[in-house]
Amino acid sequence: MAKIFKGRVIIRGRVSGSAVVSLEGVNPLASWKDACLKKKRPALCSDQNNKELYNKQLDDKILCLPQFIGSTSGGLVLQTAMTLGLGPRGMLFSKHIDSLAASGIVLSDVWLNQQIIAIDKLGDEFLSYVKDEMPIEIKDDGTVIVG
Amino acid sequence: MELSNEEKAILNGEKGETLQKVLKSVVNYGDLFGAQRLVSLTNNSHSVLSMGVGLFTPFYTMLDEIVEEGLKMDSFTVDPYPMDFKNIKSNFFQKMVFRILYKSQNHLDILLQKLGLQENGYTCTCYLPEVGNIPKQDDILAWSESSAVVFANSVLGARTNRNSAGIDILMGIIRKTPEFDLLTDEGRKATWIINLKTETLPDAQLLGSAIGMKVMEDVPYIVGLDKFLGNELNDENLAYLKDMGAAAASNGAVGLYHVENLTPEASKYGKSIIDNAPGKYIIDEQELDRVFNNYPNIWKNTEAKPKKCLIGCPHLSLGQLYEWSKTIINELDGGKVSLETVLLAAPDVINKFMSDSSVYKSLTDTGTKLSSTCPLTFMANPLCKQIPIVTNSNKLRTYTSARFFMDHDILKIIKTGNLPKEN
Repeated sequence: MAKIFKGRVIIRGRVSGSAVVSLEGVNPLASWKDACLKKKRPALCSDQNNKELYNKQLDDKILCLPQFIGSTSGGLVLQTAMTLGLGPRGMLFSKHIDSLAASGIVLSDVWLNQQIIAIDKLGDEFLSYVKDEMPIEIKDDGTVIVG
Repeated sequence: MELSNEEKAILNGEKGETLQKVLKSVVNYGDLFGAQRLVSLTNNSHSVLSMGVGLFTPFYTMLDEIVEEGLKMDSFTVDPYPMDFKNIKSNFFQKMVFRILYKSQNHLDILLQKLGLQENGYTCTCYLPEVGNIPKQDDILAWSESSAVVFANSVLGARTNRNSAGIDILMGIIRKTPEFDLLTDEGRKATWIINLKTETLPDAQLLGSAIGMKVMEDVPYIVGLDKFLGNELNDENLAYLKDMGAAAASNGAVGLYHVENLTPEASKYGKSIIDNAPGKYIIDEQELDRVFNNYPNIWKNTEAKPKKCLIGCPHLSLGQLYEWSKTIINELDGGKVSLETVLLAAPDVINKFMSDSSVYKSLTDTGTKLSSTCPLTFMANPLCKQIPIVTNSNKLRTYTSARFFMDHDILKIIKTGNLPKEN
């Protein structure tokens, strides 16, 4: 049965897709590094420290996570991934968006005119509930329907 | 966000499309963090972005546009230069990969210079007197590079958030930053009390690591450290705090800490700077041992003999450079280092050190090298990350496969070439 969550709209839009989930913080540099270097799809996560996400497809998925972590160059990696068509279809944060993701999303929006539909503050319950490959629908008003 | 008339005019495009995009980025970013207004920067910037990673094409395109419009920052510094083939050994294939990895380095160097990069401005320790990018207490900054941010906030009493690469440059261009979190009195309150209960002064990077892993991005108030460091900031305890902060910032995400009776805000406000119902964490020798013993060994061959020793992440101060030099020289007593050993410091710090020709010669006679590069960027090369490397930096340990040892063990490794258990 589908469950509904509500968060804060970071970038407005509607999108549907399947989930890829990380319960721990995602290091964007480590995760997208190999995919961006190879410039080919699918973009498989290359962060061996993130056992949950490692080797899973990141592009064309709705990435569900608490926050980005790691190097302060991480936001630029997201921007690069979007340019190469290797970015996620949407991003759903259980916590308040962090500075790395915020920077990447804002710079993509303003300088590349590429919008990464994103919602934050969805809560811990959201991240506990959503599982890999679950269908997700994101609505303009920050409503997220899972399952 | 409430904007001034001038800011609204820029946002409306009255000063050109590029500046409009610069300000729009900064405003949109600030909105996400609940900033009510922008505040003017009162001192120079420091950016983490020194490495011309080939991947970051959209970023260079953005900078190209900014530079073409003639927009500049006030004189600023950036993190260390990513390559140093002269002072850190790399074989043919490793060099080839470095050139691919950082293939946009020349392009970035030119862009940074046109934007206003300070001469010799490639160091993570921009706040050292030899480098000169030194904020004053209460200065408003827009820095990135976590180790520099935590130093500026905690030790110098300046105010900056932990900005991300990209947005930091744009704030430097517009000379404004959104006012939220660490720029506010409320955001600078401590939400943790750290009680230090050790008999002797703990290793700075080990202490920082323990604190960072516990408090993550929160603000700690440290009690009991002043009995070892004193109540007045000096070169020696500044270097200690530099390293402690870097470890806290990388092992957690600490952007500000307070040391009772020592750092500016703690000295001024005392315990009134602690928020209601803070978390509490006691650190004694047992706890530090626990933290240390839990560091994973992720060398490809866990039993390997170390091949390189990298000291100085963040870069060493001049005092630390002298101390390491004298310690290595005395310990080796005319002999040579047993493995490639590199001391890392800012270009201007190394230049000053080199002018003391007798110590410099004695150090280099041991085979020790000096470099201003970043060990993180060295180990980002997939061919280098497999090398068994030892370090006294918990930041380097966190981000790479380098193994962390405390200074006394590092010295033994330099002398014998063996890890401590084998001595």
